[in-house]
Amino acid sequence: MNIHEYQAAEILKQYGIPINEGIVCDSADAAAEAAQKIGGKVVIKAQVHSGGRGKAGGVKLADSPDEARSVASEILGLDINGHIVHMVMVAPAVDIQREVYLGAVIDRDGRGVTVMASAEGGVEIEEVAKATPEKIHTETAHPYLGLRDYQCRRLAFKLGLEGKEVGGFAKIAKQVHRAFVEKDAGLCEINPLIINGDGEWQAIDSKITIDDNALYRQKDAEELRDLREENEIEVQARSHGISFVKLDGNIGCMVNGAGLSMATMDAVKFQGGEPANFLDVGGGASAEQVTTALNLVLAEPDVKAVLINIFGGITRCDVVAQGLLEAMGKIDVDVPFVIRLIGTNQAEGQKLLSDAGITVVERMDEAAKQVVAAAKGAA
Amino acid sequence: MSILVNNQTRLLVQGITGREGSFHAGQMVEYGTNVVAGVTPGGLGKEVHGVPVFNTVSDAVEKTQANTSIIYVPAPFAADAIYEATDAGIKLIICITEGVPTLDMVAVYHYVREHGARLIGPNCPGLITPDEAKVGIMPGYIHSRGPVGLVSRSGTLTYEVVNALTEAGLGQSSAVGIGGDPIIGTNFIDVLELYQNDPETEAIVMIGEIGGSDEEQAAEYIKKHVTKPMVGFIAGQTAPPGKRMGHAGAIISGGEGTAAAKIEALKAAGVKVADTAAGVADIMKAEMKG
Repeated sequence: MNIHEYQAAEILKQYGIPINEGIVCDSADAAAEAAQKIGGKVVIKAQVHSGGRGKAGGVKLADSPDEARSVASEILGLDINGHIVHMVMVAPAVDIQREVYLGAVIDRDGRGVTVMASAEGGVEIEEVAKATPEKIHTETAHPYLGLRDYQCRRLAFKLGLEGKEVGGFAKIAKQVHRAFVEKDAGLCEINPLIINGDGEWQAIDSKITIDDNALYRQKDAEELRDLREENEIEVQARSHGISFVKLDGNIGCMVNGAGLSMATMDAVKFQGGEPANFLDVGGGASAEQVTTALNLVLAEPDVKAVLINIFGGITRCDVVAQGLLEAMGKIDVDVPFVIRLIGTNQAEGQKLLSDAGITVVERMDEAAKQVVAAAKGAA
Repeated sequence: MSILVNNQTRLLVQGITGREGSFHAGQMVEYGTNVVAGVTPGGLGKEVHGVPVFNTVSDAVEKTQANTSIIYVPAPFAADAIYEATDAGIKLIICITEGVPTLDMVAVYHYVREHGARLIGPNCPGLITPDEAKVGIMPGYIHSRGPVGLVSRSGTLTYEVVNALTEAGLGQSSAVGIGGDPIIGTNFIDVLELYQNDPETEAIVMIGEIGGSDEEQAAEYIKKHVTKPMVGFIAGQTAPPGKRMGHAGAIISGGEGTAAAKIEALKAAGVKVADTAAGVADIMKAEMKG
């Protein structure tokens, strides 16, 4: 789950990390008022769940409340990588003496939490990793003991920090790791972390994501969710235990299982079509679940044809077929369907469907071929 | 031979009185798996499909000499269930549960390994050695015994490929679903090593997906150590970056974990990679004839 920059900063503040305190505004007037209150030069930053805000014109400076008003009105409503800006944060402009990168991530290869630091602050860490991986320094926390103080100091020395900068940085690194663990984060990042004109450390831009699997024990996190940032159909799907990801094509897909869903999309693409979505209806594929899933697929106006691919394992094909018929009876279906249903009791399942005038295809690649042809015919 | 489970498996089911646990315990008993015990705290004295229930894993192990455990408990309790099985001396633990917090798995992963045990999963369909032991949620009847070893990060996609292999007359020595989470107990390399050393396994199918770099690491291993013919498939060639595709681990982030990179790595290691899932059995059939 993604949260906003200002929410991430708020969490880091709770962990004693000095942040650049800002004011969140949802209108240009509020931004002007905030700039007035802060006084002097301010920075105005789009609050959206997307990277690349600077490049997209979502981060700008303003010298006066009037300028803040006009800058905020430019940023509010901006589309940044498909995310509309509903809020901006107004914060004091800072004097940067030195900037570094500091972040904690799940290290899949090391099966642990790794804290990374780089002297290349303010640049996207992925770019640093690609161009100059030697400039990223890492320390992996012990799985039971966590991140030790010496590891934090070692990072500080590798960054070339000296004197009291070392202790200051080490303390922040330790707290970033603590926040990561206690909040069940997937990423906890400060970029840049700076030393300001007063020689003090300050987190200028923060990003935190939270492990979806841990939301049951991160009760506070749910309050940080901004539904405006999420695709409406994806939200609906989630509430029914269905995994849905919207894509750009015109062939709707409904499949049971995540791997099979991806493989089905791949088969569609291989036949020259473009999938409209990823949809994993879950292992069970009950009538109710299938109805919900079909509605989600058909809610997208671009969908020209639908491919249903179910491997009936523990759930028998005849039960799935009944569910499909029930669902299709309830929904106004006006696009062509291609159904592939195999597995336990597949003959009975296929007969139920063919008796109802629905063609069932045996092979997955054949089904993909047919649905691509159907979509082209309907386009 | 086969790998990991066989007719010597004495299976314990953790969470046996729950809906999933009880249903699948029945399915496994029906398949012929030697299910010797179940555990549900407070369940002592009950029976589920003729299987005696105990309060703790250590009691169950003491009374029944269970040597393998399968876990169906809800996600918040899964880590504890794995620790309990490990501490009771179980050496093979299969965690079916989906939705286990990643940070729980960090400690679990290291703990299980340090205790000389093996964890498969979480978020996996389990594993099967056809005609001997089904330890998981897969439909047993699609499998047939034979020379092909299969390892996969997926569930239904594995069934799909197994089904096609069986229809093509290619039976399986074992089929292992290692799970779709970012941190799992057993990875591709672990299973490939077992298949390479298993005399019954003549060829190997490996089914990967986007996210992480397990497939790339497996490719390095294959280059050096695997001499048996291999056919691969990577799901998620059409997946957009930054989006979690159902499985918690199936996400392309920062340009890492793409299907293209994995396919390239496997091909460079001499693995025949199918364009579509349907092609896996066809290619394997051709390989086995050669």
